[in-house]
Amino acid sequence: MTAAVFAFYLFAVVLITAAVMVILSRNPVHSVLWLIVCFFNAGGLFILLGAEFLAMLLVIVYVGAVAVLFLFVVMMLDIDFAELRSGMARYLPFGLAVGGVLLTEIILAVGSWQAGAGVPLFDVLAGVPDGMTNTQWIGSVLYTRYLYIFQAAGLVLLVSMIGAIVLTHRQRIGTKRQSIAHQVARTPKNAVHPAQPGVGQGVEL
Amino acid sequence: MIGLSHYLAVSAVLFVLGVLGIFINRKNVIIILMSIELILLAVNINFIAFSAYLHQVHGQIFAMFVLTVAAGEAAIGLAILVLYFRNRGTIAVDDADMMKG
Repeated sequence: MTAAVFAFYLFAVVLITAAVMVILSRNPVHSVLWLIVCFFNAGGLFILLGAEFLAMLLVIVYVGAVAVLFLFVVMMLDIDFAELRSGMARYLPFGLAVGGVLLTEIILAVGSWQAGAGVPLFDVLAGVPDGMTNTQWIGSVLYTRYLYIFQAAGLVLLVSMIGAIVLTHRQRIGTKRQSIAHQVARTPKNAVHPAQPGVGQGVEL
Repeated sequence: MIGLSHYLAVSAVLFVLGVLGIFINRKNVIIILMSIELILLAVNINFIAFSAYLHQVHGQIFAMFVLTVAAGEAAIGLAILVLYFRNRGTIAVDDADMMKG
């Protein structure tokens, strides 16, 4: 057994185990942590497939941003999680039935699948073309052939960022805020009231 | 020797686990969102496995787009979740019945 085969089975088994723990874990915080294990092992599989850039992207974007976002939200919400899990035993048989049917269908479909005529499906992994790294290879296609789709992906991220901010931002009512425009617009004319009262008389404000 | 079918098998199992997670955690929206992440991860493994065994880079590029959409989806989903919890004080899916659906 070569190192690559051993690494594949190690990553695959840990990935599947962690995925099972994600959906069965009692505590959602543990679920998020198992999800992080999942992402790391999927990154390992990506490296075995020669996609180093995607592997690093997975670790940085998913573990660094998305999983931490999940962790924030899980810890921010004050929820009785035991109550939320109460229906699990009831849904488990149905879920297992659906999952079993789906897995059987996928196995049947993929098992009878063959690459179309003229599509070369190789048995061995190829490295990147000569004189290129994986990142260069991706960039050379992404920034030419897929340029517009790349821009659209940036737009998707922008819209989701604005959407998340608009959704969660709330204006608190009753708090006192500094109004800079109000302060700047204030002049001596409407702030000072000169008065020269006579002796014994008051000042009308 | 590890071939394409090995990666497809891992990906299929991961996909089914994601679907199963949606079914058995019917009440907990956070776990449902995590299950969707698992499903998208399975799709990414598929894309990259095919990319590697076809000796083409396009699969990796599409996996990157899937990653982008998944990140946006997680951000919006969690924002809606926070909003829902703020308004209703719960995150159970069954309680989202205001529209009588």
